[in-house]
Parts: sequence; structure tokens; C-alpha cells
Amino acid sequence: MLLTLSWLVPLGGALLLLAIGNADGRRDGVIRGVSLAVAVATFALTLAVWAGFDGATPDFQFVERRPWIPAFGIDYSVGVDGISLLLVVLTGFLTPIALLSSWGSIERKVKEFSIFMLALEAAMIGVFISLDLFLFYVFWDAMLVPMYFLIGIWGYDQRIYAAVKFMLYTMAGSVLMLVAILGLAFLHSTATGAYSFDLLRLYALDIAPETQTWFFLAFTVAFAIKVPLFPFHTWLPDAHVQAPTAGSVILAGVLLKMGTYGLLRFSFPLFPEAAAYFAPWLAGLAVIGIVYGALVAMVQPDMKKLVAYSSVSHLGFVVLGICAMNTQGVQGAIYQMVAHGVSTGGLFLMVGMLSDRRHTRLISEFGGLKAVTPKLTAAFLIVTLASIGLPGLNGFVGEFLIMLGAFRWDPRFVVVAGLGVILSAVYMLWMFQRVYFGPITHEENAGLRDLLPREWAAVVPICALAVVMGVFPTLFLKPMEASVEALVQRVQAARPLRVDAAGQKSQAIGRRPEATF
Amino acid sequence: MLALIPLFPFAGFLVNASLGRRLPKSVSGGVASAAMVAAFAVAGTSVLALAGMPPGRRAVEETVYTWIASGEFVLDLTFRLDPLSAVMILVVTGIGALIHVYSTAYMHEETDPEYARYFSYLNLFAAFMLVLVLGANFLVLFVGWEGVGLCSYLLIGFWFRKKSAADAGKKAFIVNRIGDYAFVLGMLLLVTRFGTLDFQRLAAVVSAVPPEQGVCGAVSMATLLLFIGATGKSAQIPLYTWLPDAMEGPTPVSALIHAATMVTAGVYMIGRNAVLFSHAPETMLIVAVVGAVTALMAGTIGLVQNDIKRVLAYSTVSQLGLMFLAMGVGAFGAGIFHLYTHAFFKALLFLGSGAVIHALHGEQDIRHMGGLKRSLPVTYWTFLIGSLAIAGVPFLSGFFSKDEILYETFREGHLLLWVVAAVTSLLTAVYMFRLVFLTFHGERREGATGTHAGATGDHDGAIPPDVGATVHRPGADSHRQDAGSHLHDAPAAMAVVLVVLAAGSVLAGYIGVPHAIGGHNRLGEWLAPSFQVAAAEGGEALAPVEPVEEGGAAGGEAALELSLMGVSSLIALAGIGLAAFIWLRRRQLADAMASRFPALYRLLLNKYYVDEIYDAAVVQPIRIGSQEGLWRGFDVRVVDGVVNGTGVAIAAGSAVLRRLQTGSVRTYAGSMFIGVVVILGYYLWR
Repeated sequence: MLLTLSWLVPLGGALLLLAIGNADGRRDGVIRGVSLAVAVATFALTLAVWAGFDGATPDFQFVERRPWIPAFGIDYSVGVDGISLLLVVLTGFLTPIALLSSWGSIERKVKEFSIFMLALEAAMIGVFISLDLFLFYVFWDAMLVPMYFLIGIWGYDQRIYAAVKFMLYTMAGSVLMLVAILGLAFLHSTATGAYSFDLLRLYALDIAPETQTWFFLAFTVAFAIKVPLFPFHTWLPDAHVQAPTAGSVILAGVLLKMGTYGLLRFSFPLFPEAAAYFAPWLAGLAVIGIVYGALVAMVQPDMKKLVAYSSVSHLGFVVLGICAMNTQGVQGAIYQMVAHGVSTGGLFLMVGMLSDRRHTRLISEFGGLKAVTPKLTAAFLIVTLASIGLPGLNGFVGEFLIMLGAFRWDPRFVVVAGLGVILSAVYMLWMFQRVYFGPITHEENAGLRDLLPREWAAVVPICALAVVMGVFPTLFLKPMEASVEALVQRVQAARPLRVDAAGQKSQAIGRRPEATF
Repeated sequence: MLALIPLFPFAGFLVNASLGRRLPKSVSGGVASAAMVAAFAVAGTSVLALAGMPPGRRAVEETVYTWIASGEFVLDLTFRLDPLSAVMILVVTGIGALIHVYSTAYMHEETDPEYARYFSYLNLFAAFMLVLVLGANFLVLFVGWEGVGLCSYLLIGFWFRKKSAADAGKKAFIVNRIGDYAFVLGMLLLVTRFGTLDFQRLAAVVSAVPPEQGVCGAVSMATLLLFIGATGKSAQIPLYTWLPDAMEGPTPVSALIHAATMVTAGVYMIGRNAVLFSHAPETMLIVAVVGAVTALMAGTIGLVQNDIKRVLAYSTVSQLGLMFLAMGVGAFGAGIFHLYTHAFFKALLFLGSGAVIHALHGEQDIRHMGGLKRSLPVTYWTFLIGSLAIAGVPFLSGFFSKDEILYETFREGHLLLWVVAAVTSLLTAVYMFRLVFLTFHGERREGATGTHAGATGDHDGAIPPDVGATVHRPGADSHRQDAGSHLHDAPAAMAVVLVVLAAGSVLAGYIGVPHAIGGHNRLGEWLAPSFQVAAAEGGEALAPVEPVEEGGAAGGEAALELSLMGVSSLIALAGIGLAAFIWLRRRQLADAMASRFPALYRLLLNKYYVDEIYDAAVVQPIRIGSQEGLWRGFDVRVVDGVVNGTGVAIAAGSAVLRRLQTGSVRTYAGSMFIGVVVILGYYLWR
């Protein structure tokens, strides 16, 4: 029941808000309060899931299953394992923060905004807990709608272009995925005589390698667009720059992870042999993205765009870890998903605060802020350092484990990916310096307010979590370990088949024999 | 117990970082200094306890908790105290505490919040350095390694309003990151190949295989990558360029970076992995050559610099080069010995230069100094002692350690490297005494040269520039004697520190007096177990990596050592004499030389244009390529061009389709009819 509640509560909250009359914004305060309360309650629910989660077993837990459309074998089936657990909690964590951040910037149509935010949260949690592919697809597409409106209505100047671009890019991918999902159900029916969209049953399906290729590509393109993997990334800077702060926080914090989550949940375990074949190609795109995203981030004049491109770089690491398909690589990838959600969410949050104050995001409009906003500077510095992977903060653990896993698989990828570590310091510190150091060059900046109590409330949890994740990573690594091991074994088990079938592609995935710990 | 050592300064950091804005200076400075003194006390008792253990078994290990665990990869936060880390923690906490005390006076003109911010960074710096030297495995070392990089970023850029300071801080961090990239790859290679990151276990595993030939073996490749990391942290070719710029920070920070922390990390790291490096002879040779070349190059640059701190900065690069030379020829003990003595006299010299700058209200150009001997006696005499020590004048600390490096280099048969090191020693004596004579001797020359205006821009920002310019910078026509007489020598807190460090610079070397002159190299013996594979449980120490010096060295070796010692003493004295001749007697000789070889002079003055070359060859191409090529070119034109092109095509296609949506029922019915006919026709035709 807990899992169903965790998406029904925000959805119910959204419906409740619908019922509150809010002519000419008189009840904005009430609406903000209610939506925040609903989001906090949802976070509590996700934490309850974590508290009740047993990290020792790789199986899905809190499973609920009810027939939905029996004629096609479609169930309402939800559950979490170590891979999805932290992403559910992350969603619960970031939504209240995003809502809080909107209090200073969203003045127009507060009610509609809050409704869309809560609906978005419901859909995101739904994506992570669905164990039925049809249900997954429903949530996946449902999530697009509120995001589309969030960008299109409350965004900046070019919001319509960005919203449409976001929608079309993602839809292009999800149409392919829909076809593949239907195809899978069809395959199941030819194999067993009955349609099924149940993930676990589909895992058990034996799919011929040639067929796997097409299915793998259909799923993976959809996810690669979402990640976004180079060269499918150009929707991201536009969407981010144009989205309101809360939208950017959610977009970077959670939405992008759906792509990498999809790779882990569907592409790799459903089609292991195709995955083994394509993993080096994907990893190649990932490392190109790491360096490319970092280089392009470096020369951005707009802070939001800079952070957006940095996401391309960071998510490249996640994909690299997944492609390595060993325990360290995958655990690092999941860890990095959460860590990136926290630190990049924090960066967008604070860039949003600057933008609320000055109504510009151009780096050149700032400078010397350390003298006027010491608290904001300190918080920004912590999150910057987390983002560039300083040991002791959250970014390092994920990056290191990913590089370790990838190094065991194929060191060449790490040699290139490591450049991203240098470049991240370059672009982040350069931005930090131009915004906060130096003399105050613009008169308007001399009187900027430092953090308000409300903003403190949004920033402190992010900084605290960045430190906790950096110092006590085992708190987060332990719950996912069993599931990750099971996943790795599942994917690796398909490898010998590949050796028999094609021979030369044999060591495309997996571990080096001499690599032991 | 061990964890307390970094924990004390870390607690100091937390106090000053969170409450510092509201604390008066005496409290924030006091807390920070007390934290360091406490750390020193704990370090001292720990080392005493260590000394009480039988030699060869001296190691204390303490696991705090499991930091990262993923599958078979389990990494504990473990601290280990052994003879090598014992020396390091004493240097870091001891010299560090002195620098904290000195800073309480030096930074007194800052506002309360800035003062607290300064001390919070300083404490954090020491804490990370202690983690670095106490870490029992590579990843814990790396925490400290990156941490000191961060703190150097914060402290070098402490006066953040000044662009040059912020730039220098960023440069330090980024150049270090380049090294760290290689360092991480080295770590990954080690852990995937040998299955552990623990120093002792790595040494044990590696010592089981014979030394590698060439650089392609795992150990050679890994050590080479680690060494590239060390060139970043310890300012060696090719990554040394950040260190001279690092003097943008407050002077005590320079002392901390150059003497007690940060730059020694690379040397320490090699010493810590002596077994590993010994198994990679090619890497060792590279280390030695890079060290020697760096030493020589930095020495030549130091000859012509005019900023008092810049001269010292290049001298640090040069001395570090000598340490790497020692490491590279396998004389690990000698390298660490020099690291330890260097900590005393380099801290002394930097803090002394700080006292000069403090007295002159921000003046750093030695061309505008001179004659300070009389007005700053404490500073002068302590600075002189430091200079004598670094120059290698007999029976001061630098003499013993530098001599050991030269001797070991010669003994290992690296004649050419020995010559380079000897020339470097000569250069050291010359540029150090050029500094002494120009700063303290002769007549006061403030504002004497035309370049004065340019130099005023380089204030040590502790003092508001206007104070220096209006009050203490009388024009060239004022009475020079008077101008000198109202300068104030170092205040008590600074003077005490200078005197203590001067005593250290004289005496520190007596812990490692060579046998050849009837001494006893206690430091070498103390350190030796750290450079070998640790004694197995209950067993003897395994094969020693370097021959431990026997009690009675062979007579021939003693004679050789004595004669080399004579040579290096002569070199030091010759260097000082040369400097005295040029800068005390024939000042115009230096100018004549400069105008005689203008190209060479400019080459040295501009530091071989290395910064400019890096900028033109690396920084600008990447920046412009990213901006015009990747972003504006590829991202916006190609990818988005395709996407938007598709959009336009679809829009155009839709426009055509839209025309079909006439809304007329008859048209629809007609098209349906045609459709039915076509489909039926297809099936029938088949």
C-alpha cells in the first residue's frame, strides 16, 4: 500500500488543489502551504519505504499486483528494489525543495503551477515503481504533460520553443519504446500463449539475439534522449534555460535519471546479448558526451546553460558505469544519479535565486558577490565542490566507483572520461570566480540580499545531504548492493552465449580476468 | 588517538567557519592556534609512543570506519602512523602551529569575519594535510591530496576582490587537477592489477615480483602516473607554474604551502611508496631527471626575479627538485631529510619576508628595499640564518640534508645529475644572498627606480594600498635614513616565531649528521623501515629496498663523502662570495650583465615564457575550439540544425496534410471510397 500511496498522495494533493477556488490569487498562500505539505508527506512516505526496505535481498519489495486490463495481461503492478529505491526517495526529497524555491519566483497562476508540480511528482514516482511495462509507459508519458506546461507557461522568453522541442524529442523516443513494449507483449504471447507486460515474466523470456538488437535499440534510443546521451542532448540546454527554477531542479534532478534508470531496468536486463554488443558503442558516446559537455559548458555565458551542459557531462559518467556492467560500475552509476540530483538540483536552485534577484543569468552581469552574499557564496561553493567531485562530498564516490568499474572493463574509456574531471573543475571554478570573486562591477549587485530563511530551508538540506553522501556512502550503497549484484549477474550470464554465437565480440562486456579485489 | 590529530584542526575549522563571523579576533585566532598546538601535542605523544616500540615494528594502525564498499571493493578510512608519517605529522603540526601563531599578528588588520575565515581555511588546510600523511591507503591519501588543493584555492584567493589573487587560486586548483587526473588513473591501475589500495599490502604484493624493465609494466606505468600527480602537487616540470603565482595569497599561507604542507605531498607520496617506485627503475630515472632539471631551471629563474616572495617561490621549486632527485636515485631518506630541514628554513624565510612586507606596508619589490638591517634587526638576523641554511653553509641544517642528496646522487653513479645538483646549489647561494643583500644591506632605495608605479600594484593586500602609498612611501627626495628609522620590526608574536624557526634551521640537521664526520644518521635509521616492506606478522623485515647505511661505512666511502662535503661547502661559500661581490661591491655588474645578454635576461625574467606557451598552446585553443567549434559550430548548427530542419520539414509536410483536412464530408467519403477500392484491388489482384 505504501508505494501506491506514494504516488496517489501527490496526485490526490493535485486534485485537492483543483478544488480550492483561487480567484485573482487571493489564496496563493494557502495553495503554497498545501502543496508543500503534500510534498513533505510524500517525502515521508518514500522515507518510510526506505526504512522498511530490506537491503539483503535483490527481490522487488512492497509489491502490489492487481489485474488492470486482463484481456491484454496488463496489471497494476508496482514494487521497488535497490535500483529504484533511492530514486524514489530522491524524487520525494527534491519536490518539496523545488516547490519552496518557487515561492519567490512564481507569482502568476500559483494554483495551476502547484497542481502541475504535484502531478509531475506522482508520475515520476510512478515511473520508478512500475513493474508492468504498460503501466510504466503510462507514467512515462504522463510525466511529459505537466513538464510541458511548466516550461511553456512559467518559463522564460523562449519557453514555447523549448517546451515544444522538449516534447517532440521525448515523444520521438517514447513512440519507439511503445512499439517495442507492444512487441515484447506479442513475443510473450507467441512464446506462452498469453499477452503479458509484466517485467519479471518478460525477464524470463528467451529472445533471439537478432530480435534483441531491434528491441534494444528502440528502448535505448528513447532512454538516450532522456539521459541525454550525446548527440541527443540539444533539447536539454533549451529546456533548462527556459524552464522556471523548480522545473529545472526537477528536470535535472529526477527526469534525466529516468533515462539511465530505463537502461538499467529495461535495456540491459531484457536484452543482455544486444547490450553486450552495443555497450562499447554506448560507452563511446558517453565519454564523448563527458568531454564534449564539459567543453561546451566551459564557454557558456549563461549560468543555467552552463549547468545544463555540465549535466550532459555528468550523465555521461552514469552511462559509462552502466555499460561497464560490473558491481562498481553500476553501483557508482546509481550513486552518481542520486548525487547529481542533489548537487545539480542545488546548483539550479541557487542560480534561480540569483536570477530572481537580478533577472538575468548572464555570468558577466555578476562579480564580487562574495562580499555581499556570504551565505549564498558558502552554500554555492559547497555544491560546486560536490559537483566537481571533491572527495568527502557526494560527487566523488559515484565518479570514482564508475571509473573503477569502467577501468576493470576497458581502461581506454576511463582515460578519456577522466578528462571530464579536470574540465569540471575548470568550468565550475571559473564560473564561481566570475560570479563571486573580484570587485563588484555592477552597481545593482552591491545591494543584493543574502539568503532568506525560506531559501536557507531549501539550501541547507542539499548541502547537508551532499556531505552525508560523501562521508557515509555505505548508507546508500548497501541497500542497492544485492539488486545490483543480481542485475550484473543476469546481464553477465548472457555473455557466454554471445561467445558461442559470435566469438569475436565476446569480451564486449564484463570483467577482466585479472581484476580481483 | 590518531584520528584526533586531524580532528583538532578540523574542529577549529568548524568553529571558525560557523561562528567566526561573530567572534572577536583574539578568540578566532586563539581557537585556531590552540587546535594546532593540541594536534602537535597529540602528534608528539603518538610519536614518542612509536619510538618506544622495537625498530622495524614501529607502526600504529587505526581504522575509523568503512568508507566505501562496493562488491569486492572495500575501502576503510584507516590511519597509520609509522616512522615516515611520524616525521610528517611533526612537521605539519609543529611548523603549522608556528605559522598559525605568526598569522594572529600578521593578519590583524583584517576585519573580524575575514580574520575568522582566514583561520578556518588555515585549520582546514592543516587537517587535510594530516589526513594525507596519516592515510593508510591511496584513497585516504587522495582525500587529503584533493583537500589541500581546495584549501590552497581558498587561501591563495583569500583576497578575492583582487582578480590576480582569484586567478592564482583557480590556477593552483586546476593545475593540480591535471596532475590528479593522472594520479587517479595510477590508483585505478594499481587497484585493478593488485587488488588493493593499502600501501603496505601493495608493497608486499609488488615486492614479490622482480623489478620491471621499461615503462609499459603495470608498476612502471602506475608509478609514472602517480609521479605526474606529484609534479602537480609538488610543483615540478611540467606542472609547476601554479606555485610562483600562489604568492598572491597572504604571506603566512605561502609559508604553509611551501614549507609544511601541500608541496611536500608529492615527495612524501613517493617516499610512502618507496617499494613500488623501486620496482620501476625507469620511473625512478624519470623522477630523478625531472627533479634535477626542475631544480636547475627554477634556480636560474630565481636569479633575476625582483619580488621577494617570487624569489622564494622559485627557490622552493628548486629545492623540491632536489628532493625529487633524491627520491629518484633511491635515496628516500635523504629526500625526506631535506623535506624536513627545508620546512624550517623555508617557513622562516617566508615568514621573514612577511615581516619585511609587513614593515614596509605591502612593498614586495626588492629593488625598493635595502638597508633594512638596522631597522629590522630580528627579521634580518633570522632571515640571514635561514639564507645560510638554505645555501648549505656548513653545520646548519640545510648543509646536512643537501649534502646527503649530493652524496647519494654521486654514489649511485649519476655524475651528470650530481653536476646539475651542484650547480643548483651554487645558484641557490647566489640568489638567496642577492636577496639578503638587496633587502637588508646597502642604502634604502624606496621609489628609486622608474618601475615603482608598476610595483605598487602588487601589494600584499593585507594592508590597504592607500596607507602604504601615502604614509610610508615618501618620494625619492626624502631622507633615506629617516625613512628607514621609523619602520617597526616584527611584533612579538611574529618575532618569537622567527626566532624559534631560526633555532630550528640551525639545529634541525643534527638529527642526521653523516658518519663521515663522526656523526650518526639517526633520521635515516628511523625512516628506513618505512621504505621497506613491513615486517610480516612476527617475522623479520623483508629484503631492504635501499641498503641501510652500516655503522662503520667503508673508509673509501667516508673519504669520498668528506671530499664531496668539502666541495659542496666550497660551492655554498663561493655562491655567497659571488653574491657579495656583485650586489655589495659592484652593483652595476649585475645591470651590466643584464644589458650584455638582454635576450637571456628577458628569458629568465619571464620564466622561460612557460605560462605564455601553455596559454597559447593549450588554454586558448581549447577555449576557442569549444566556443566556436563545438558549441556554436556543432551543437547549435549541426545537431540543432538537423532537429529544427526536421521540425521545419514536418511543419511543411503538415501544411500539405492540413490542406487535405478540408472538413468536407464529401471529400472524406470520396477518399475513403478510393481507399477501399485500392485495398480491395490489391487483394484481388494478388
